[in-house]
Amino acid sequence: MGLKIPLIPEQASSISIEVDQMLYVLLAASVLFAALIFGAICYFAIRYRRRSELDIPEPVKSGWALQIIWIVIPLGLTMAMFGWSASIFLNHSQPPRDATQIFVVAKQWMWKSQHMEGVREIDELHIPVGSSVKLTMTSEDVIHSFSVPAFRTKQDIVPGRYTNLWFTATKPGKYRLFCTEYCGANHSGMNGWVYAMEPKDYALWLAGGPKGSLVAEGAKLFQDLACIKCHRDDGGGRCPALRGLFGQTILLTGGATVEADEAYIRESILDPAAKVVDGYQPLMPTFRDRVSEEEVVELVAYIKSLVRKPQGDAAGQKP
Amino acid sequence: MADAHTLTGTGGATAHAHGDYLDDPKGIKSWLTTVDHKRIGIMYLWSITFFMIVGGLFAMLIRIEHLTPAKTIMDAEMYNRVFTLHGAIMVFLVIIPAIPGSLGNFALPLLLGAKDVAFPRINLMSLYLYWIGALMALGTLFMGGVDTGWTFYTPYSTTTGGGVTLMVFAAFVLGFSSIFTGVNFIATVHKLRAPGMGWFEMPLFCWGMYSTALIQILATPVLGITLLLLAMERLFHIGIFDAQLGGDPVLFQHFFWFYSHPAVYIMILPAMAVMSEVIPVFSKKTIFGYKAIAFSSVAIALVGFFVWAHHMFVAGMSVYAGAIFSFLTFFIAIPSAIKVFNWIATMWQGSIELKTPMLYAISFLLLFTIGGLTGMFLASLSTDVHLHDTYFVVAHFHYVMAGSNLIALLAGLHYWWPKMFGRMYDESLGRIGAVLVFIGFNATFLPQFVMGSRGMPRRYFNYLPQFQALHVASTIGAVILAVGLFLTLANLLASFRRPKGMVDNPWGGKTLEWATSSPPTTHNFEGQPVPLHGPYDYRPVPAPIGSEVHTG
Repeated sequence: MGLKIPLIPEQASSISIEVDQMLYVLLAASVLFAALIFGAICYFAIRYRRRSELDIPEPVKSGWALQIIWIVIPLGLTMAMFGWSASIFLNHSQPPRDATQIFVVAKQWMWKSQHMEGVREIDELHIPVGSSVKLTMTSEDVIHSFSVPAFRTKQDIVPGRYTNLWFTATKPGKYRLFCTEYCGANHSGMNGWVYAMEPKDYALWLAGGPKGSLVAEGAKLFQDLACIKCHRDDGGGRCPALRGLFGQTILLTGGATVEADEAYIRESILDPAAKVVDGYQPLMPTFRDRVSEEEVVELVAYIKSLVRKPQGDAAGQKP
Repeated sequence: MADAHTLTGTGGATAHAHGDYLDDPKGIKSWLTTVDHKRIGIMYLWSITFFMIVGGLFAMLIRIEHLTPAKTIMDAEMYNRVFTLHGAIMVFLVIIPAIPGSLGNFALPLLLGAKDVAFPRINLMSLYLYWIGALMALGTLFMGGVDTGWTFYTPYSTTTGGGVTLMVFAAFVLGFSSIFTGVNFIATVHKLRAPGMGWFEMPLFCWGMYSTALIQILATPVLGITLLLLAMERLFHIGIFDAQLGGDPVLFQHFFWFYSHPAVYIMILPAMAVMSEVIPVFSKKTIFGYKAIAFSSVAIALVGFFVWAHHMFVAGMSVYAGAIFSFLTFFIAIPSAIKVFNWIATMWQGSIELKTPMLYAISFLLLFTIGGLTGMFLASLSTDVHLHDTYFVVAHFHYVMAGSNLIALLAGLHYWWPKMFGRMYDESLGRIGAVLVFIGFNATFLPQFVMGSRGMPRRYFNYLPQFQALHVASTIGAVILAVGLFLTLANLLASFRRPKGMVDNPWGGKTLEWATSSPPTTHNFEGQPVPLHGPYDYRPVPAPIGSEVHTG
């Protein structure tokens, strides 16, 4: 035929090399065991075929020794494979702190992404090569899944919450993006491209986009929605001040605590009564019908940008 | 017959004088009101055969559609309904009831030397619930079909149109059918074993059915509750799973797989049960490692409850929970491996006859090995992320669900066919069918492993042109498989043109079902049979029970 059918897609992310090693180890172990089992079955079927009706073998005694051998050996092998594979997975479960954050909002049947610098894309995602990219994702309707086979990566996108996915592209190029959680009539049409670019090309590409970063858009929304009226920066409002909030551990009414991450901020905008900060009343109305998921992303980016200023420097400044 | 013993009378061929269960009493009403486990088993068999053909036709539509990367014969909406019905029918109406409903109902009491199951009326009720559930499932066709996939993931399933609610109630009713079978088998094994038949003198088929029944009665109620919650969410918007109402869509997946992963063992344990009967008989050798096989069935049934979230490694679950479920999933490979090793050891130094049932048994061993080994790729966390929701998963679960369960059904059916109907099929055609099914099955699903590892997502109507060659190969395989299955069906049906009652014990089996006539009389045995030797003792003068050496 001369038709070359590769077993796996090209390797284009930092994790793909390790994942492929694991795939090949599993493949080798499978081929070995399959060969032993198939070989034994075929050999026995021929070697011990019935030659006459009177050919009734004596029962064979089997002690526990043989059973223990073929329990212990496969158990050792499978546990080794479990450990190796789980360590690859766990080692890559936390994104590096300096990862470039990009927000993704999925809907039937479209991928929308928002870069911090303000560029928005549909069914395309441009990323730099050689540095980590963290995607913070949510869905407007049903469950979708963000899958780039060349990166060996995949993460479901669940409505009502943020899920994160991160990777480091290693090779400039154009890679297929698929939705891999069944989402309805045009599920198979919900795909796009990831463009991995050299950092300087990526910078140029970003600069070519519209001005007005996510943070600036979020700051504008914060004014327009009158959030500023209650969330006063001096802490004197009816709601907690938000400067320096991100990443803190917050004490809630009832004594529980929560880490102020993207998911918590999103929940507090859409379902404010769910987790109320200790010492405050549940006065805030839901903004569920007033902001889209994309606008929530802008507000989250803005609130995340509100770092505490050095003492004596910021008096009177308003965002 | 020489080594089959009953307390009174001689059993065996003399029983023909009383008429067999197929003809006595006659008439369709006597069948519909029967409480005879054998008749119920036969009615299950024909029902399952019918739905296997329906589900298979949907499968062929999928394969034909994929001959080209874009639209071939249907649009995307139709495609989604077709793959949903294929999955739902094959899982709930075929594979789950297949072996327990047909072979289990027919053979379990006979193997135990009992006259019937413990609760014959509940057994008939189980069959009627199956029919009601089946009619409800087919009824969804008149409500615009169902397009959720057989997994009903929320919130898609709570927001899409069509007959989802009816389908969910159908699965609910079918769940009770399954529970009733399970209750019956547990009580039957506990209470109705022949005198002198201890737990470790039971044929291993009974251990397999017993383990299956444990899962049926413990896991199925969870599915019932989950599906009721889903229906209430659709009808009354109660907000259990819908994030808009404060619910959690991922919770549905936990609930669903808490049943549906054990359900995989409801499918595989009966298949293993059949293997433990067929392989010794055609090797004429005592089963190797009796206790190891028996205990591994129970181990699979128990550990099977703690692996469900391996379907959810990328669903947004804690990575540490993922690690625990991955560990347990690797662990459960061991009891399955033990069985395979013991079956192969049974063949060692045996006297092997490659009759049709044995060909299917060997086919099972090969397909189940492939299904099990490819399961490791999915149990393994880092590789599952790449392979999850691709055709690799589709190929894997067809190897373990269809390749194992349905092949084992065919093995058991060819093995017990002369017992069921007292007639013999054509051996050569049977073998040709077995080989065609094996070739067709592999040709269908091996290419899907490659597609999946290259990144082809499952449930895709359109696909990238680079996958077309593999899809065409898969479709050709499906045609071979279909030809093999229809040849097999025709061969079995053609046996009805042959004389009845000529073959009481064609394979030289030593378990109690062969101690009565083929087909058996309505009351199975003339008097109470007593096992006088082990179930797998093929020696001309078997050692009396209690003195022979059981392995393990």
